[in-house]
Amino acid sequence: MTNTDTTPLIQLQNVNKFFGSFQALKNISLEVRKGEKIVVCGPSGSGKSTMIRCINRLESHNGGHIFIGGKELTDQVKDINAIRREVGMVFQSFNLFPHMTIIKNLMLAQQLVRKINKPEARETAMHYLERVKIPDQADKYPVQLSGGQQQRVAIARALCMKPEIMLFDEPTSALDPEMISEVLEVMTGLAKDGMTMIVVTHEMGFARSVADRVLFMDEGEIVEEADPETFFKHPKNERTKKFLSQILTH
Amino acid sequence: MNFDFSLVTDSIPKMLVGVGLTFQLMFLSAIIGLVLAVVLLLMRLSGKWYLGWPAQVFIYVFRGTPILVQIFIIYYGLPQFEAVRDSIFWPILREPFGSAVLALSLNTGAYVSEILRGGVLGVDRGVLEAAKALGLSARQKFIYITAPIATRLAIPAYSNDFISLMKATSLASTITLMDMTGIARTIVAKTFAPYEIFISLAIIYMIFTFIIQKAFGRFERYMSKYVNP
Repeated sequence: MTNTDTTPLIQLQNVNKFFGSFQALKNISLEVRKGEKIVVCGPSGSGKSTMIRCINRLESHNGGHIFIGGKELTDQVKDINAIRREVGMVFQSFNLFPHMTIIKNLMLAQQLVRKINKPEARETAMHYLERVKIPDQADKYPVQLSGGQQQRVAIARALCMKPEIMLFDEPTSALDPEMISEVLEVMTGLAKDGMTMIVVTHEMGFARSVADRVLFMDEGEIVEEADPETFFKHPKNERTKKFLSQILTH
Repeated sequence: MNFDFSLVTDSIPKMLVGVGLTFQLMFLSAIIGLVLAVVLLLMRLSGKWYLGWPAQVFIYVFRGTPILVQIFIIYYGLPQFEAVRDSIFWPILREPFGSAVLALSLNTGAYVSEILRGGVLGVDRGVLEAAKALGLSARQKFIYITAPIATRLAIPAYSNDFISLMKATSLASTITLMDMTGIARTIVAKTFAPYEIFISLAIIYMIFTFIIQKAFGRFERYMSKYVNP
C-alpha cells in the first residue's frame, strides 16, 4: 500500500442515498488515500455504481459527508465543477461524444473547462492517445472504432483533464471478451503510474493484481473490505463467500 | 369533360409570378418561426415554471387551432383593438403580408419547438453525463453536445414541418395576397376552369416539395456523417 500522504484524498462519512423510498446507499464510510487502488464488486443493484457516481456528484447524496481532497461536496455549482475537474470518470457504455472525432473528444473539455489553447490541447490529446495505443484513430468518429478502442479513448479523454482520481464504472462489462484485456492493460498501466483509482468491476484477475483493497457491497452496504489476498482466500462474510463462489465458478 | 392543356401552359407562367411572394412568406416565416421555436424550447427546458408554463400555453394554443383561423384572427380580429392600431406593430399588422407572416411564424414556431424538444430528449443521457463528469457547465453542455446532436435528430421531422409551412403559405391568398394560389384563384374566376388551373398549381407545389425534400436529405446526410462515415 502506498502511504505517501496521510490525509485521505477521498473521504465518505456515513453517506446515505435514496431513490424515492429505496435506499441505495446505507451509511457508507470509506477513505481512499492518494495512490490507492480500490476495487468494488458486488451483485447488481448493490449500490456500487451509485457510490462512485456520488463521488463526482452525478448523483447527490442525501445524508453524510463526502470530501474530495479535503473539500466537501455540496450543492455549490462552482465547487462541483472544480471537483469534477480533479475526478475523471469512465463509464460502462463509453459515452464518447458521437458527433466529434476522437481528437475533438479529447480536446473539448481541455479547451472549455481547463481553458487550454488549441495546439496545447491537441498535443495533450495525442500524448494520451499514444498512451492508450491508438494515435492512428485520432481523426475517426467513435462509431468507427471497436468497443475496446472506444473505451480506451474514453480513458484517454478523462486523463487529458489531468485528474487526481479516476473512477471506473464497470469499464469492461459492455465489451466483447476479446477486447477486455486491452482495456484492463491500460488500466493496469495507469495503476502502476500511481493514479488513485476506484474501479467497479467483476474482473477478479484485475482486482487480484492491481487492487490495494477490495470492497464487497450488497444492498447498499460495504459488507467486506480487505486486501485482495485475504478477500479472495479468506472472506469472512457469508454474502461475500456466496458471491465469490458464484462469479469464480463460472 | 375536356382537359384543356393550353390552359395549363398559359396559366403556369402566370402563377409563377407569385413564386416570389410564396417564397417570401415561406422563408420569412421559417426564420422567424425557428428563432421563436428555440426561445420556446429554452423556456421549456429552463426548469422554471414561470417560463415553462407560458411556453406550453403558447404551443397548445397554436397547435390546437387551424392556421386559417389564426390568420383571420390576426388580420381581421386584431385591428378591432385600438391598442393594436396605436402600437408600433400596426404598420405590419395593417398589411395582409405582415399578418400572414405573423400567423405562419407563430404557428410553425409552436410546432418546431416541439420537434426540437423531441431531438433534445433523444440525446443519449450517458453522453451528457460524460460531459458533466468532465466539468462542462450546463450551458457548455447544451451548446457543444445537446444542440448539435438534437439538430441532427430533429431534421426529418423539421423537413416535414417546412413542407407543411410551404403549403400553408397558400392560405395567405384568403386575405387578398397574390401568391401562387391567389393568382390561381383569380385565373379560375376569369376562365371558369378550376380543374386545369388547380391541377397545374398542385404540380408546382409538388415540384417545390420535391426540391425541399432533396435539400433536407442532403443536409441530413451532411449532419449524419458521424453516424455513417
